[in-house]
Amino acid sequence: MINSIEVKSLCRNFGSFKALQDVSLVVKPGETLALFGHNGAGKTTLLKVMSTVMKPSSGSVEYGGRDIHKDSGIVRANLGVISHRSFLYSSLTAYDNLVFYSKLYGVVDREKRIKQLLSSLGLKARMYDKVGTYSRGMQQKLSIARALLHQPGIVLMDEPESGLDNKASESLWKLLSEEQRTVVFTHHNLEKGFAAADRVMILSRGKVFFAPDGKCSLAELQDAYSASLETA
Amino acid sequence: MKELRYAFTIASKDVLTEIRTREVLSSVVIFAVLVIIIFNFAFGSSEQAAGLVAPGILWVTFAFTGILSLNRSFIMEKEEDCIEGLMVAPLSREAVYLGKFFGNTFFILLIQLIVIPIFSLLFNISFFNLELVTITILATLGFASVGTLFAAMAVNTRARELVLPVLFFPVITPVLIAAVNASAQVLDGQSFGAISQWMGVIGAFDVIFIVASYLIFSFIIEE
Repeated sequence: MINSIEVKSLCRNFGSFKALQDVSLVVKPGETLALFGHNGAGKTTLLKVMSTVMKPSSGSVEYGGRDIHKDSGIVRANLGVISHRSFLYSSLTAYDNLVFYSKLYGVVDREKRIKQLLSSLGLKARMYDKVGTYSRGMQQKLSIARALLHQPGIVLMDEPESGLDNKASESLWKLLSEEQRTVVFTHHNLEKGFAAADRVMILSRGKVFFAPDGKCSLAELQDAYSASLETA
Repeated sequence: MKELRYAFTIASKDVLTEIRTREVLSSVVIFAVLVIIIFNFAFGSSEQAAGLVAPGILWVTFAFTGILSLNRSFIMEKEEDCIEGLMVAPLSREAVYLGKFFGNTFFILLIQLIVIPIFSLLFNISFFNLELVTITILATLGFASVGTLFAAMAVNTRARELVLPVLFFPVITPVLIAAVNASAQVLDGQSFGAISQWMGVIGAFDVIFIVASYLIFSFIIEE
């Protein structure tokens, strides 16, 4: 299973605007990294480049030593992505959506896997309802099921807890910890994000502002975050 | 082979979405029937008038209804950023193009299958012969190949309903001209041999634009 991440000198420009500048990071297998930063710091852009949706202007991203563009098929088969948006078709039922994605990912024994995930997230009773009739929180739960369908080794999550109640947040972290997964996520809440992560990183104006090698204290993170806001 | 399997999965999903919503077919068929009825009132259904204007009316109807259908095909991928869901899945961008192309071709052919009998009835012309079916299928392939590419481009713009026709019609004009001329010659009683020149134009267009769109699509879709 591919489950280590290495980002080297990543840059991404939008015209003259530098959204990411020389960002490098390493995430070991099974490690969880939380990304923090002010609005427009480059968190979402970094996750988009890491998830192969966006091409970098320069630099590289490797998963288990495989380049995301040269071995994109193998890399993507091991990648689960949870975004601000659900990637779900509102006119289709939850079940239809998961069947569609499980076909794309070649999920073996898809019926069993779909029902297992929907049960874990408390959505089984409404699996045949159209996604358009779901609340924001339910759509986010279904999005988690979609991202974990193929049991990826690496999961990238952009604000994964937005719209989720406490119970659903617990289910998310429980599902993620069922197997040894490498996780990179962004969070707007320092305390919650800190609690869920093994390591933290702060981005500011597209650059790495704070990236301790090991686990830092919450007070250190809060101080560094305050300092990053002053430079924003 | 794997790429084709992914493409059929995407096309099947589009068909299933349409079965669940009936958004495209119902509105497009109503629009097509209205266009045909208006033209029928304007030109009448005499044999002479029908022979002169029928091919043009038919292909204008197909062009307008095709645009409506093509626009919708990528709007559904834009809602909730589903297109990103396809981009992070382990399939090539080209497979995504093929899937949308197959889906669009299917819908346009289905619309034509509903519209042609109504057209035949109102204009008192039989469209069910091998030559006209071949022209329709070939022209639809060209139509859907370019339309799928431009719909993917237009969906990221604010005025997408306006941008798609502006981009699409100038490029598709050779196919429309060839299809109208070939259809007119067939209705005039001419055989395959007589329309081979127009068929060649449509065939060449299909090959060039299916291959070009397939190769260009990944640059269009990636930010």
